[in-house]
Amino acid sequence: MHDKTLTELAAGLQAGEFSSRELCQAALERIEHLDGELNSFITVTAEQALANADAADRAREAGDAGPLAGLPLALKDIFCTQGVRTSCGSKMLDDFVSPYDATVVEKLRQAGTINLGKTNMDEFAMGSSNENSFYGPVKNPWDLSAVPGGSSGGSAAAVAAGLVPAALGTDTGGSIRQPAAFCGITGLKPTYGRVSRYGMVAYASSLDQGGPMARTAADCALLLETIAGHDVRDSTSVARVVPDYSAELDTSLAGLKIGLPKEYFGDGLDPEVETAVREAIKVYESLGAKVCEVSLPHTHLAIPAYYVIAPAEASSNLSRYDGVRFGHRCEDPTDLEDLYKRTRAEGFGEEVKRRILIGTHTLSEGFFDAYYLKAQQVRRLIRQDFLDAFDEVDVLMGPTAPTPAFDLGAQKDPVSMYLQDIYTIAVNLAGIPGISVPAGFAGNRPVGLQVLAPHFAEAQLLGVAHQFQQATDWHLKRPAFGKEMA
Amino acid sequence: MAIEHADVLRAAHLARVGLSEDEATGYVDDLSRILKMVDQLQAVDTQDITPLAHPLDATQRLRPDEVTEHSQRERFQACAPAVTDGLYLVPRVVE
Repeated sequence: MHDKTLTELAAGLQAGEFSSRELCQAALERIEHLDGELNSFITVTAEQALANADAADRAREAGDAGPLAGLPLALKDIFCTQGVRTSCGSKMLDDFVSPYDATVVEKLRQAGTINLGKTNMDEFAMGSSNENSFYGPVKNPWDLSAVPGGSSGGSAAAVAAGLVPAALGTDTGGSIRQPAAFCGITGLKPTYGRVSRYGMVAYASSLDQGGPMARTAADCALLLETIAGHDVRDSTSVARVVPDYSAELDTSLAGLKIGLPKEYFGDGLDPEVETAVREAIKVYESLGAKVCEVSLPHTHLAIPAYYVIAPAEASSNLSRYDGVRFGHRCEDPTDLEDLYKRTRAEGFGEEVKRRILIGTHTLSEGFFDAYYLKAQQVRRLIRQDFLDAFDEVDVLMGPTAPTPAFDLGAQKDPVSMYLQDIYTIAVNLAGIPGISVPAGFAGNRPVGLQVLAPHFAEAQLLGVAHQFQQATDWHLKRPAFGKEMA
Repeated sequence: MAIEHADVLRAAHLARVGLSEDEATGYVDDLSRILKMVDQLQAVDTQDITPLAHPLDATQRLRPDEVTEHSQRERFQACAPAVTDGLYLVPRVVE
Protein backbone atom coordinates (compact mmCIF):
# COMPACT_ATOMS: atom_id res chain seq x y z
CA MET A 1 0.00 0.00 0.00
CA HIS A 2 2.90 2.36 0.77
CA ASP A 3 4.03 2.26 -2.88
CA LYS A 4 0.78 3.62 -4.20
CA THR A 5 0.06 7.14 -5.34
CA LEU A 6 -2.59 9.36 -3.83
CA THR A 7 -4.68 8.89 -6.96
CA GLU A 8 -4.49 5.09 -6.66
CA LEU A 9 -5.28 5.18 -2.95
CA ALA A 10 -8.28 7.43 -3.59
CA ALA A 11 -9.57 4.91 -6.12
CA GLY A 12 -8.97 2.05 -3.67
CA LEU A 13 -10.94 3.82 -0.94
CA GLN A 14 -13.73 4.59 -3.38
CA ALA A 15 -13.89 0.96 -4.52
CA GLY A 16 -13.92 -0.29 -0.93
CA GLU A 17 -10.67 -2.27 -1.33
CA PHE A 18 -9.55 -0.93 2.04
CA SER A 19 -10.79 1.54 4.62
CA SER A 20 -9.22 4.82 5.63
CA ARG A 21 -8.53 3.30 9.05
CA GLU A 22 -6.58 0.43 7.45
CA LEU A 23 -4.70 2.86 5.26
CA CYS A 24 -3.82 5.23 8.10
CA GLN A 25 -2.98 2.36 10.44
CA ALA A 26 -0.53 0.93 7.89
CA ALA A 27 1.09 4.34 7.39
CA LEU A 28 1.36 4.91 11.16
CA GLU A 29 3.01 1.51 11.55
CA ARG A 30 5.60 2.42 8.94
CA ILE A 31 6.22 5.72 10.70
CA GLU A 32 6.63 3.93 14.01
CA HIS A 33 9.09 1.37 12.63
CA LEU A 34 11.05 3.45 10.16
CA ASP A 35 11.05 7.02 11.35
CA GLY A 36 13.35 6.42 14.29
CA GLU A 37 16.06 6.22 11.65
CA LEU A 38 14.82 8.96 9.31
CA ASN A 39 13.59 11.55 11.84
CA SER A 40 11.19 12.97 9.27
CA PHE A 41 8.40 13.69 11.78
CA ILE A 42 8.50 16.10 14.71
CA THR A 43 5.02 15.18 15.92
CA VAL A 44 2.85 12.18 15.03
CA THR A 45 -0.87 12.59 15.72
CA ALA A 46 -1.81 8.91 15.62
CA GLU A 47 -4.85 8.92 17.89
CA GLN A 48 -6.48 11.93 16.29
CA ALA A 49 -5.69 10.55 12.83
CA LEU A 50 -7.41 7.23 13.51
CA ALA A 51 -10.47 8.97 14.91
CA ASN A 52 -10.63 11.14 11.79
CA ALA A 53 -10.10 8.08 9.58
CA ASP A 54 -13.09 6.41 11.22
CA ALA A 55 -15.15 9.52 10.57
CA ALA A 56 -14.05 9.48 6.91
CA ASP A 57 -15.02 5.81 6.64
CA ARG A 58 -18.43 6.52 8.09
CA ALA A 59 -18.90 9.46 5.70
CA ARG A 60 -18.00 7.21 2.78
CA GLU A 61 -20.48 4.57 3.88
CA ALA A 62 -23.12 7.25 4.05
CA GLY A 63 -22.26 8.31 0.51
CA ASP A 64 -21.07 11.62 1.85
CA ALA A 65 -17.32 11.56 1.13
CA GLY A 66 -15.39 13.68 -1.36
CA PRO A 67 -12.67 12.20 -3.59
CA LEU A 68 -9.85 12.92 -1.12
CA ALA A 69 -11.70 11.82 2.02
CA GLY A 70 -9.75 9.39 4.16
CA LEU A 71 -6.36 9.89 2.48
CA PRO A 72 -3.43 10.21 4.90
CA LEU A 73 -1.11 13.21 4.53
CA ALA A 74 1.59 14.98 6.52
CA LEU A 75 2.14 18.69 7.02
CA LYS A 76 5.43 20.52 7.30
CA ASP A 77 5.57 21.78 10.88
CA ILE A 78 5.27 25.37 9.64
CA PHE A 79 1.48 25.12 9.13
CA CYS A 80 -0.51 26.04 12.21
CA THR A 81 -2.71 23.18 13.42
CA GLN A 82 -5.24 23.87 16.11
CA GLY A 83 -4.56 21.86 19.24
CA VAL A 84 -1.37 20.31 17.83
CA ARG A 85 2.13 21.64 18.46
CA THR A 86 3.47 23.81 15.63
CA SER A 87 7.21 24.10 16.27
CA CYS A 88 8.58 25.40 12.96
CA GLY A 89 11.67 23.34 13.79
CA SER A 90 12.60 25.78 16.54
CA LYS A 91 13.18 25.66 20.26
CA MET A 92 11.34 29.00 20.27
CA LEU A 93 8.06 27.22 19.44
CA ASP A 94 8.81 23.85 21.07
CA ASP A 95 5.75 24.13 23.29
CA PHE A 96 3.56 26.27 21.02
CA VAL A 97 0.13 24.74 20.50
CA SER A 98 -1.62 26.79 17.86
CA PRO A 99 -5.04 28.23 18.75
CA TYR A 100 -6.13 28.11 15.09
CA ASP A 101 -5.69 26.26 11.80
CA ALA A 102 -3.88 27.58 8.73
CA THR A 103 -6.21 28.09 5.77
CA VAL A 104 -4.65 25.18 3.85
CA VAL A 105 -5.06 22.93 6.90
CA GLU A 106 -8.72 23.91 7.10
CA LYS A 107 -9.20 23.23 3.38
CA LEU A 108 -7.55 19.81 3.63
CA ARG A 109 -9.69 18.94 6.61
CA GLN A 110 -12.85 20.01 4.79
CA ALA A 111 -11.79 17.73 1.93
CA GLY A 112 -11.64 14.89 4.49
CA THR A 113 -7.90 14.18 4.34
CA ILE A 114 -6.25 12.80 7.45
CA ASN A 115 -3.26 14.57 8.96
CA LEU A 116 -0.83 11.98 10.35
CA GLY A 117 1.56 14.52 11.79
CA LYS A 118 3.96 17.40 11.42
CA THR A 119 7.20 16.96 9.51
CA ASN A 120 10.72 18.03 10.35
CA MET A 121 12.24 21.10 8.74
CA ASP A 122 15.08 23.59 8.95
CA GLU A 123 14.34 26.04 11.75
CA PHE A 124 11.90 28.71 10.48
CA ALA A 125 12.46 27.26 6.97
CA MET A 126 16.01 28.63 6.85
CA GLY A 127 18.24 26.01 5.29
CA SER A 128 18.85 23.71 2.36
CA SER A 129 19.71 20.47 4.17
CA ASN A 130 17.34 20.09 7.13
CA GLU A 131 20.42 20.17 9.39
CA ASN A 132 19.24 23.41 11.03
CA SER A 133 16.34 21.77 12.88
CA PHE A 134 16.09 21.96 16.68
CA TYR A 135 14.83 18.36 16.41
CA GLY A 136 17.92 17.05 14.65
CA PRO A 137 18.72 16.32 11.01
CA VAL A 138 16.58 14.16 8.71
CA LYS A 139 18.18 11.37 6.68
CA ASN A 140 17.65 10.78 2.99
CA PRO A 141 15.88 7.41 2.47
CA TRP A 142 17.90 6.80 -0.72
CA ASP A 143 21.16 6.99 1.21
CA LEU A 144 21.12 7.41 4.97
CA SER A 145 24.47 9.23 4.87
CA ALA A 146 22.94 12.00 2.70
CA VAL A 147 20.76 14.99 3.56
CA PRO A 148 17.16 15.04 2.29
CA GLY A 149 17.51 18.71 1.27
CA GLY A 150 15.64 21.53 2.89
CA SER A 151 13.91 23.26 4.25
CA SER A 152 10.95 20.87 3.67
CA GLY A 153 13.28 17.89 4.22
CA GLY A 154 10.96 15.97 6.55
CA SER A 155 8.06 16.13 4.09
CA ALA A 156 10.29 14.98 1.22
CA ALA A 157 11.87 12.11 3.16
CA ALA A 158 8.50 10.93 4.52
CA VAL A 159 7.00 10.74 1.02
CA ALA A 160 10.11 9.13 -0.49
CA ALA A 161 10.20 6.46 2.24
CA GLY A 162 6.52 5.66 1.74
CA LEU A 163 5.49 6.82 5.22
CA VAL A 164 2.82 9.01 3.64
CA PRO A 165 1.66 9.26 0.02
CA ALA A 166 1.97 13.07 0.01
CA ALA A 167 2.76 16.05 2.21
CA LEU A 168 2.69 19.82 2.17
CA GLY A 169 5.84 21.89 2.14
CA THR A 170 6.72 25.54 1.74
CA ASP A 171 9.15 27.18 -0.64
CA THR A 172 10.85 30.54 -0.08
CA GLY A 173 13.99 29.94 -2.17
CA GLY A 174 13.67 26.31 -3.25
CA SER A 175 12.47 24.59 -0.07
CA ILE A 176 9.90 22.38 -1.84
CA ARG A 177 11.73 21.77 -5.11
CA GLN A 178 15.26 21.06 -3.85
CA PRO A 179 14.24 18.41 -1.25
CA ALA A 180 11.84 16.92 -3.82
CA ALA A 181 14.81 16.59 -6.19
CA PHE A 182 17.10 15.15 -3.50
CA CYS A 183 14.49 12.58 -2.45
CA GLY A 184 13.21 11.58 -5.90
CA ILE A 185 9.66 12.90 -5.55
CA THR A 186 7.54 15.54 -7.31
CA GLY A 187 7.22 18.96 -5.65
CA LEU A 188 5.41 22.07 -6.83
CA LYS A 189 5.94 25.67 -5.77
CA PRO A 190 2.86 27.57 -6.91
CA THR A 191 2.73 31.17 -8.13
CA TYR A 192 3.09 33.70 -5.31
CA GLY A 193 -0.46 34.41 -4.12
CA ARG A 194 -1.99 31.17 -5.46
CA VAL A 195 -2.11 29.48 -2.03
CA SER A 196 -3.06 31.31 1.16
CA ARG A 197 -0.22 31.99 3.60
CA TYR A 198 -2.62 32.49 6.51
CA GLY A 199 -1.44 30.34 9.40
CA MET A 200 1.85 29.50 7.69
CA VAL A 201 4.63 30.69 9.98
CA ALA A 202 6.21 33.60 8.11
CA TYR A 203 9.85 33.60 7.05
CA ALA A 204 10.06 36.03 4.09
CA SER A 205 6.53 37.14 3.30
CA SER A 206 7.09 38.37 -0.26
CA LEU A 207 8.63 35.00 -1.22
CA ASP A 208 6.94 32.28 0.90
CA GLN A 209 4.49 29.94 -0.81
CA GLY A 210 3.06 26.59 0.30
CA GLY A 211 2.62 23.68 -2.08
CA PRO A 212 2.28 19.92 -2.55
CA MET A 213 5.00 17.24 -2.42
CA ALA A 214 3.95 13.85 -3.73
CA ARG A 215 4.93 10.90 -5.93
CA THR A 216 3.43 12.21 -9.15
CA ALA A 217 2.37 15.40 -10.89
CA ALA A 218 -1.20 14.05 -10.94
CA ASP A 219 -1.14 13.83 -7.13
CA CYS A 220 0.23 17.37 -6.90
CA ALA A 221 -2.66 18.51 -9.13
CA LEU A 222 -5.20 16.90 -6.78
CA LEU A 223 -3.69 18.62 -3.78
CA LEU A 224 -3.17 21.99 -5.43
CA GLU A 225 -6.80 22.23 -6.53
CA THR A 226 -7.76 21.53 -2.91
CA ILE A 227 -5.49 24.08 -1.21
CA ALA A 228 -5.35 26.93 -3.77
CA GLY A 229 -7.62 29.94 -3.89
CA HIS A 230 -8.30 33.39 -2.56
CA ASP A 231 -8.43 33.94 1.17
CA VAL A 232 -9.53 37.22 2.73
CA ARG A 233 -7.22 36.46 5.65
CA ASP A 234 -4.13 36.69 3.42
CA SER A 235 -4.06 40.06 1.68
CA THR A 236 -1.47 38.77 -0.81
CA SER A 237 -3.58 35.82 -1.95
CA VAL A 238 -4.99 36.39 -5.41
CA ALA A 239 -8.68 36.42 -6.30
CA ARG A 240 -8.52 34.25 -9.38
CA VAL A 241 -10.45 31.12 -10.29
CA VAL A 242 -8.69 27.86 -9.39
CA PRO A 243 -8.57 25.68 -12.53
CA ASP A 244 -9.39 21.98 -12.52
CA TYR A 245 -5.73 20.99 -12.65
CA SER A 246 -6.49 17.26 -12.81
CA ALA A 247 -8.63 17.72 -15.90
CA GLU A 248 -5.82 19.48 -17.77
CA LEU A 249 -3.07 16.92 -17.24
CA ASP A 250 -3.43 15.25 -20.62
CA THR A 251 -2.83 18.25 -22.85
CA SER A 252 -0.52 17.18 -25.70
CA LEU A 253 3.07 18.36 -25.73
CA ALA A 254 3.18 18.66 -29.52
CA GLY A 255 4.52 22.10 -30.39
CA LEU A 256 5.43 22.95 -26.78
CA LYS A 257 8.34 25.38 -26.79
CA ILE A 258 10.94 24.60 -24.13
CA GLY A 259 13.68 27.07 -23.29
CA LEU A 260 16.91 25.94 -21.68
CA PRO A 261 18.47 28.84 -19.76
CA LYS A 262 22.15 28.68 -20.64
CA GLU A 263 23.00 30.02 -17.16
CA TYR A 264 21.49 26.82 -15.67
CA PHE A 265 23.97 24.58 -17.47
CA GLY A 266 27.21 26.34 -16.59
CA ASP A 267 30.07 25.96 -14.14
CA GLY A 268 29.31 24.14 -10.93
CA LEU A 269 26.76 21.76 -12.44
CA ASP A 270 27.53 18.14 -11.59
CA PRO A 271 28.13 16.20 -14.85
CA GLU A 272 25.87 13.28 -13.85
CA VAL A 273 23.07 15.70 -12.99
CA GLU A 274 23.54 17.41 -16.35
CA THR A 275 23.43 14.09 -18.21
CA ALA A 276 20.19 13.06 -16.50
CA VAL A 277 18.56 16.43 -17.20
CA ARG A 278 19.62 16.44 -20.86
CA GLU A 279 18.23 12.89 -21.25
CA ALA A 280 14.92 14.09 -19.79
CA ILE A 281 14.81 16.94 -22.29
CA LYS A 282 15.35 14.41 -25.10
CA VAL A 283 12.23 12.61 -23.87
CA TYR A 284 10.31 15.85 -24.29
CA GLU A 285 11.67 16.22 -27.82
CA SER A 286 10.51 12.70 -28.62
CA LEU A 287 7.04 13.73 -27.38
CA GLY A 288 6.89 16.57 -29.89
CA ALA A 289 8.30 19.52 -27.95
CA LYS A 290 10.71 22.02 -29.52
CA VAL A 291 13.82 22.97 -27.56
CA CYS A 292 15.92 26.11 -27.79
CA GLU A 293 18.47 27.93 -25.67
CA VAL A 294 17.45 31.11 -23.83
CA SER A 295 19.24 33.46 -21.48
CA LEU A 296 18.34 34.74 -18.01
CA PRO A 297 21.19 37.24 -17.82
CA HIS A 298 20.72 38.30 -14.18
CA THR A 299 20.80 34.74 -12.77
CA HIS A 300 24.10 35.32 -10.95
CA LEU A 301 22.47 38.12 -8.94
CA ALA A 302 19.58 36.03 -7.61
CA ILE A 303 21.40 34.65 -4.56
CA PRO A 304 22.89 38.05 -3.60
CA ALA A 305 19.47 39.74 -3.94
CA TYR A 306 17.75 36.96 -2.01
CA TYR A 307 20.23 37.18 0.90
CA VAL A 308 19.29 40.81 1.35
CA ILE A 309 15.52 40.56 0.85
CA ALA A 310 14.80 37.30 2.70
CA PRO A 311 16.83 38.11 5.86
CA ALA A 312 15.41 41.65 5.90
CA GLU A 313 11.87 40.31 5.85
CA ALA A 314 12.82 37.59 8.34
CA SER A 315 14.33 40.05 10.81
CA SER A 316 11.02 41.90 10.78
CA ASN A 317 8.78 38.81 10.86
CA LEU A 318 10.72 37.12 13.65
CA SER A 319 10.57 40.19 15.90
CA ARG A 320 7.24 38.79 17.13
CA TYR A 321 9.08 36.12 19.18
CA ASP A 322 9.58 38.23 22.25
CA GLY A 323 8.80 35.84 25.09
CA VAL A 324 5.62 37.74 25.95
CA ARG A 325 2.65 36.43 23.99
CA PHE A 326 3.65 32.87 23.02
CA GLY A 327 6.66 30.65 22.59
CA HIS A 328 9.82 30.29 24.65
CA ARG A 329 10.55 32.63 27.55
CA CYS A 330 13.85 32.80 29.46
CA GLU A 331 13.97 32.11 33.21
CA ASP A 332 13.90 34.98 35.73
CA PRO A 333 14.34 38.03 33.49
CA THR A 334 15.74 41.04 35.35
CA ASP A 335 14.05 43.60 33.10
CA LEU A 336 12.20 43.79 29.79
CA GLU A 337 15.34 44.09 27.66
CA ASP A 338 16.87 41.08 29.41
CA LEU A 339 13.63 39.18 28.76
CA TYR A 340 13.77 39.93 25.03
CA LYS A 341 17.48 39.35 24.60
CA ARG A 342 17.83 36.12 26.54
CA THR A 343 14.56 34.68 25.21
CA ARG A 344 15.74 35.24 21.64
CA ALA A 345 19.33 34.17 22.32
CA GLU A 346 18.07 30.88 23.80
CA GLY A 347 15.15 30.28 21.44
CA PHE A 348 16.81 30.79 18.04
CA GLY A 349 19.47 28.56 16.49
CA GLU A 350 22.67 29.67 14.74
CA GLU A 351 21.36 30.09 11.19
CA VAL A 352 18.26 31.97 12.29
CA LYS A 353 20.39 34.38 14.32
CA ARG A 354 22.73 34.82 11.37
CA ARG A 355 19.83 35.83 9.13
CA ILE A 356 18.25 38.09 11.74
CA LEU A 357 21.60 39.86 12.17
CA ILE A 358 22.16 40.26 8.42
CA GLY A 359 18.61 41.49 7.92
CA THR A 360 18.79 43.93 10.80
CA HIS A 361 22.15 45.23 9.61
CA THR A 362 21.07 45.77 5.99
CA LEU A 363 17.87 47.54 7.07
CA SER A 364 19.64 49.77 9.59
CA GLU A 365 20.37 53.44 9.16
CA GLY A 366 23.02 54.14 6.57
CA PHE A 367 22.76 50.77 4.83
CA PHE A 368 19.12 50.59 3.66
CA ASP A 369 19.59 52.17 0.20
CA ALA A 370 22.79 50.30 -0.63
CA TYR A 371 21.37 46.92 0.29
CA TYR A 372 17.60 46.69 0.51
CA LEU A 373 16.54 49.14 -2.21
CA LYS A 374 19.31 47.90 -4.48
CA ALA A 375 18.20 44.29 -4.00
CA GLN A 376 14.60 45.21 -4.81
CA GLN A 377 15.74 46.91 -8.00
CA VAL A 378 17.73 43.84 -8.99
CA ARG A 379 14.66 41.75 -8.13
CA ARG A 380 12.78 43.59 -10.88
CA LEU A 381 15.57 42.81 -13.36
CA ILE A 382 15.43 39.14 -12.39
CA ARG A 383 11.68 38.99 -12.87
CA GLN A 384 12.03 40.76 -16.22
CA ASP A 385 14.47 38.04 -17.37
CA PHE A 386 11.70 35.47 -16.93
CA LEU A 387 8.99 37.64 -18.53
CA ASP A 388 11.26 38.15 -21.57
CA ALA A 389 12.02 34.43 -21.79
CA PHE A 390 8.31 33.55 -21.66
CA ASP A 391 7.76 35.81 -24.68
CA GLU A 392 9.83 33.26 -26.61
CA VAL A 393 9.01 29.91 -25.00
CA ASP A 394 6.19 28.22 -23.03
CA VAL A 395 8.26 26.70 -20.23
CA LEU A 396 11.85 26.68 -19.01
CA MET A 397 13.73 23.53 -18.03
CA GLY A 398 16.94 22.76 -16.23
CA PRO A 399 18.30 21.00 -13.16
CA THR A 400 16.56 21.68 -9.82
CA ALA A 401 19.87 21.66 -7.95
CA PRO A 402 23.49 21.73 -9.15
CA THR A 403 24.37 18.45 -7.39
CA PRO A 404 22.58 15.40 -6.05
CA ALA A 405 22.01 15.23 -2.27
CA PHE A 406 25.26 15.91 -0.42
CA ASP A 407 26.50 14.08 2.67
CA LEU A 408 25.23 15.02 6.12
CA GLY A 409 27.70 17.49 7.60
CA ALA A 410 29.41 18.18 4.26
CA GLN A 411 28.45 21.84 3.85
CA LYS A 412 30.04 23.70 6.72
CA ASP A 413 30.25 27.20 5.29
CA PRO A 414 26.95 29.15 5.14
CA VAL A 415 27.72 30.80 1.80
CA SER A 416 28.47 27.49 0.06
CA MET A 417 25.19 26.13 1.48
CA TYR A 418 23.36 29.17 0.04
CA LEU A 419 24.79 28.44 -3.41
CA GLN A 420 22.84 25.14 -3.42
CA ASP A 421 19.76 27.17 -4.31
CA ILE A 422 21.23 28.75 -7.42
CA TYR A 423 18.57 27.41 -9.83
CA THR A 424 15.57 27.73 -7.52
CA ILE A 425 15.91 31.06 -5.77
CA ALA A 426 15.26 33.41 -8.73
CA VAL A 427 11.88 31.72 -9.19
CA ASN A 428 10.69 32.99 -5.79
CA LEU A 429 12.03 36.49 -6.51
CA ALA A 430 10.01 36.48 -9.75
CA GLY A 431 6.96 34.87 -8.11
CA ILE A 432 6.48 32.30 -10.90
CA PRO A 433 5.58 28.62 -10.35
CA GLY A 434 8.10 25.78 -10.58
CA ILE A 435 8.03 22.02 -10.24
CA SER A 436 10.73 19.43 -9.63
CA VAL A 437 10.21 16.06 -11.30
CA PRO A 438 12.30 12.88 -10.78
CA ALA A 439 14.58 12.50 -13.81
CA GLY A 440 17.13 9.81 -12.99
CA PHE A 441 20.04 9.27 -10.67
CA ALA A 442 23.59 10.38 -10.04
CA GLY A 443 25.05 7.26 -8.45
CA ASN A 444 22.45 6.12 -5.91
CA ARG A 445 21.00 9.61 -5.37
CA PRO A 446 18.03 11.04 -7.29
CA VAL A 447 18.18 13.94 -9.77
CA GLY A 448 15.37 16.44 -10.27
CA LEU A 449 14.33 18.17 -13.48
CA GLN A 450 12.98 21.66 -12.80
CA VAL A 451 10.22 23.05 -15.03
CA LEU A 452 9.22 26.71 -14.77
CA ALA A 453 6.18 28.46 -16.25
CA PRO A 454 4.68 31.98 -16.31
CA HIS A 455 2.64 33.33 -13.38
CA PHE A 456 -0.50 31.22 -12.77
CA ALA A 457 0.41 28.62 -15.44
CA GLU A 458 0.36 25.75 -12.91
CA ALA A 459 -2.04 23.78 -15.13
CA GLN A 460 0.51 23.80 -17.93
CA LEU A 461 3.34 23.00 -15.54
CA LEU A 462 1.51 20.01 -14.08
CA GLY A 463 0.52 18.79 -17.53
CA VAL A 464 4.10 19.03 -18.78
CA ALA A 465 5.31 17.07 -15.73
CA HIS A 466 2.51 14.51 -16.01
CA GLN A 467 3.24 13.81 -19.68
CA PHE A 468 6.87 13.10 -18.75
CA GLN A 469 5.69 10.68 -16.09
CA GLN A 470 3.56 8.87 -18.68
CA ALA A 471 6.70 8.32 -20.78
CA THR A 472 9.24 7.54 -18.03
CA ASP A 473 9.32 5.57 -14.79
CA TRP A 474 11.75 7.59 -12.65
CA HIS A 475 8.86 8.65 -10.38
CA LEU A 476 8.05 4.97 -9.74
CA LYS A 477 11.50 4.13 -8.35
CA ARG A 478 11.51 3.48 -4.61
CA PRO A 479 14.46 3.38 -2.22
CA ALA A 480 15.52 0.08 -0.65
CA PHE A 481 14.95 1.66 2.78
CA GLY A 482 11.78 0.27 4.35
CA LYS A 483 11.04 -1.96 1.37
CA GLU A 484 10.75 -5.10 3.50
CA MET A 485 7.82 -3.61 5.43
CA ALA A 486 4.29 -3.94 4.07
CA MET B 1 31.10 46.57 2.57
CA ALA B 2 32.74 44.69 5.42
CA ILE B 3 31.03 44.23 8.75
CA GLU B 4 32.92 44.87 11.96
CA HIS B 5 32.61 43.68 15.51
CA ALA B 6 30.79 46.86 16.56
CA ASP B 7 28.30 46.47 13.66
CA VAL B 8 27.45 42.93 14.79
CA LEU B 9 26.86 44.09 18.36
CA ARG B 10 24.75 47.00 17.09
CA ALA B 11 22.60 44.71 14.92
CA ALA B 12 22.24 42.24 17.81
CA HIS B 13 21.07 45.04 20.09
CA LEU B 14 18.61 46.39 17.50
CA ALA B 15 17.25 42.87 17.00
CA ARG B 16 17.22 42.22 20.77
CA VAL B 17 19.27 39.07 20.41
CA GLY B 18 21.60 38.58 23.35
CA LEU B 19 25.18 38.17 22.12
CA SER B 20 28.37 38.16 24.14
CA GLU B 21 31.53 39.89 22.87
CA ASP B 22 32.98 36.48 22.04
CA GLU B 23 29.89 35.26 20.23
CA ALA B 24 29.88 38.48 18.18
CA THR B 25 33.46 37.73 17.12
CA GLY B 26 32.23 34.39 15.76
CA TYR B 27 29.63 36.11 13.59
CA VAL B 28 31.97 38.75 12.10
CA ASP B 29 33.57 36.28 9.73
CA ASP B 30 30.32 34.58 8.60
CA LEU B 31 28.44 37.82 8.11
CA SER B 32 31.36 39.39 6.25
CA ARG B 33 31.42 36.52 3.80
CA ILE B 34 27.67 36.81 3.26
CA LEU B 35 27.95 40.56 2.67
CA LYS B 36 30.88 40.04 0.31
CA MET B 37 28.68 37.72 -1.76
CA VAL B 38 25.84 40.27 -1.58
CA ASP B 39 28.17 43.03 -2.78
CA GLN B 40 27.93 41.64 -6.33
CA LEU B 41 24.73 43.70 -6.47
CA GLN B 42 26.76 46.91 -6.42
CA ALA B 43 28.20 46.15 -9.87
CA VAL B 44 24.79 46.47 -11.58
CA ASP B 45 23.49 49.75 -12.92
CA THR B 46 19.98 50.10 -11.48
CA GLN B 47 19.40 53.75 -12.23
CA ASP B 48 15.72 54.40 -13.01
CA ILE B 49 14.68 50.87 -12.02
CA THR B 50 11.69 50.87 -9.69
CA PRO B 51 12.24 48.62 -6.66
CA LEU B 52 10.04 45.49 -6.78
CA ALA B 53 8.35 44.82 -3.44
CA HIS B 54 5.70 42.35 -4.60
CA PRO B 55 6.25 39.84 -7.40
CA LEU B 56 2.85 40.61 -8.95
CA ASP B 57 3.17 44.37 -8.31
CA ALA B 58 0.00 44.15 -6.25
CA THR B 59 -0.91 46.72 -3.64
CA GLN B 60 -2.65 46.18 -0.33
CA ARG B 61 -6.27 45.09 -0.58
CA LEU B 62 -8.75 47.51 0.98
CA ARG B 63 -11.92 46.43 2.74
CA PRO B 64 -14.87 48.27 4.27
CA ASP B 65 -14.16 49.60 7.74
CA GLU B 66 -16.29 47.04 9.54
CA VAL B 67 -15.64 44.86 12.55
CA THR B 68 -14.57 41.41 11.33
CA GLU B 69 -12.83 40.04 14.40
CA HIS B 70 -14.35 39.29 17.75
CA SER B 71 -12.41 39.07 20.99
CA GLN B 72 -10.81 35.68 21.59
CA ARG B 73 -8.51 36.81 24.35
CA GLU B 74 -8.72 33.70 26.51
CA ARG B 75 -8.06 31.39 23.61
CA PHE B 76 -5.07 33.39 22.42
CA GLN B 77 -3.66 33.85 25.89
CA ALA B 78 -3.79 30.12 26.57
CA CYS B 79 -0.39 29.82 24.86
CA ALA B 80 1.21 32.80 26.61
CA PRO B 81 4.06 32.24 29.09
CA ALA B 82 2.53 34.43 31.83
CA VAL B 83 -0.89 36.12 32.10
CA THR B 84 -3.04 37.43 34.92
CA ASP B 85 -6.53 38.89 34.68
CA GLY B 86 -6.31 38.90 30.89
CA LEU B 87 -3.03 40.82 30.88
CA TYR B 88 0.35 39.65 29.64
CA LEU B 89 2.94 39.77 32.40
CA VAL B 90 6.43 41.19 31.84
CA PRO B 91 9.09 42.43 34.28
CA ARG B 92 8.21 45.80 35.83
CA VAL B 93 8.96 48.64 33.39
CA VAL B 94 7.81 51.65 35.46
CA GLU B 95 8.85 51.77 39.13
